[in-house]
Amino acid sequence: MTGIINSLWAIIEPYWNWLPTLIQDVIIVVLQIAPLLVVIILCVAYLTFWERKIIGWMQNRIGPNRVGPWGLFQPFADTIKLILKEVIVPRDANRFLFLIAPLLSISPALAAWAVVPLFPDFAIADVDAGLLYVLALTSLGVYGVIIAGWATNSKYAFLGAMRSAAQIVSYEIAMGFALVGVLMAGGSLNLGEIVAAQAGPDNSWFLLWLFPLFIVYFISGVAETNRAPFDVAEGESEIVAGFHVEYSGVAFAIFFLAEYANMILIAALTSVMFCGGWDSPFSGIAALEGSMLAAGGLHWLCIKVAFFLFCFLWLRATFPRYRYDQIMRLGWKVFIPVTIVWIFIEGGLALIGVGPWST
Amino acid sequence: MLYGYLPVLIFLGIAIALGVVLLALGLILGGGRKDDEKLSPYECGFEPFEDSRIKFDVRYYLVAILFIIFDLEIAFLFPWAVSLDAIGAFGIIAMAVFLTVLVVGFVYEWKKGALEWD
Repeated sequence: MTGIINSLWAIIEPYWNWLPTLIQDVIIVVLQIAPLLVVIILCVAYLTFWERKIIGWMQNRIGPNRVGPWGLFQPFADTIKLILKEVIVPRDANRFLFLIAPLLSISPALAAWAVVPLFPDFAIADVDAGLLYVLALTSLGVYGVIIAGWATNSKYAFLGAMRSAAQIVSYEIAMGFALVGVLMAGGSLNLGEIVAAQAGPDNSWFLLWLFPLFIVYFISGVAETNRAPFDVAEGESEIVAGFHVEYSGVAFAIFFLAEYANMILIAALTSVMFCGGWDSPFSGIAALEGSMLAAGGLHWLCIKVAFFLFCFLWLRATFPRYRYDQIMRLGWKVFIPVTIVWIFIEGGLALIGVGPWST
Repeated sequence: MLYGYLPVLIFLGIAIALGVVLLALGLILGGGRKDDEKLSPYECGFEPFEDSRIKFDVRYYLVAILFIIFDLEIAFLFPWAVSLDAIGAFGIIAMAVFLTVLVVGFVYEWKKGALEWD
């Protein structure tokens, strides 16, 4: 295998060296992004499958089991079906905005992955303003919702968009305050450094110091992605499907893709900021030294992300839908006060020199 | 210095391109025949009986305004939190005063009922 790669490289190398540095860098980055995107999209596909399977099992059903062995090809069947369906643009809709809206929801959900540290000392873009970039991109998602609801020019879509937008911005604040707490502990906007601050044998994951913020962040993440039990924006029993009621075929599929990509992103960010990202929970245990269990790496990030994704599905299978006023009360009257109080506590602890922020 | 952000730009470009390709694929392969009934806005099988640009609850607007204030607050807190160990006790107390002012405003709007939804 290495022989083949070496001989291929010998052919390519002269051309490679002839390229300007900028082009070389662009090619390297594209070669890094492509597998990551393929993996994310496969994860989205299989997340929809697992959602149906897990909820099925929790409700004592079998779940999808017809397409391929154990139903494993179900996501592909769904994708092909959705691509082959007609995309209907309603008569009264603003055609341009109607088609732009799905793009506005999928692009931020995928592009935020650029700064997520995947394994020690590596992120596709190891930039210093990583957390700021994440905050900016997760906020952009609300434009997709508002524009979709407005451009459709239908009452259900409009109501769904208003609800969804108000809910997203409310929980955005609690999320932002939780991020401030992480910043105080990590002392850097660079996500790689935030993970590095949690890594190591002493296992000082921010989860321990910032437990209330961790809970607030994850639940806000569930509300932010409009997932059950916070899915009044879709509310299939009252406003049909909310902002994407008139979307069909692939335009609907893109919204669906964006929702699931956002779930995976929130799970990844929760792992990175509160649970040590690629750090191993067993590092520092002498008996395990040198094994896969103690070494930090991509596998630990994947395990943590998978766990949080399971929590998303678990919540959906367990809780009935919140009423809208309850959602707003939880966001404004519980989460925001909790985060503000915790920031005060962190400040106080920093003053007396206790905790990870005292260094 | 900004060169490190090149991958971010490329990633954004690829993410947008992926969406465009998917959408184009659907529009090309989807096909289908349009007719007047299919293109009318969905309203549970009835003819839509008024314009969909309807009045909406002012509270949505209020939430948006409150959001701007708090989001600005978070934007102020970000640089402060990053440089926490550089600014020492003075910085922490100064921010505590600033946050207290914000909390007073928050309590006021709470008591005024701006956060009620029923």
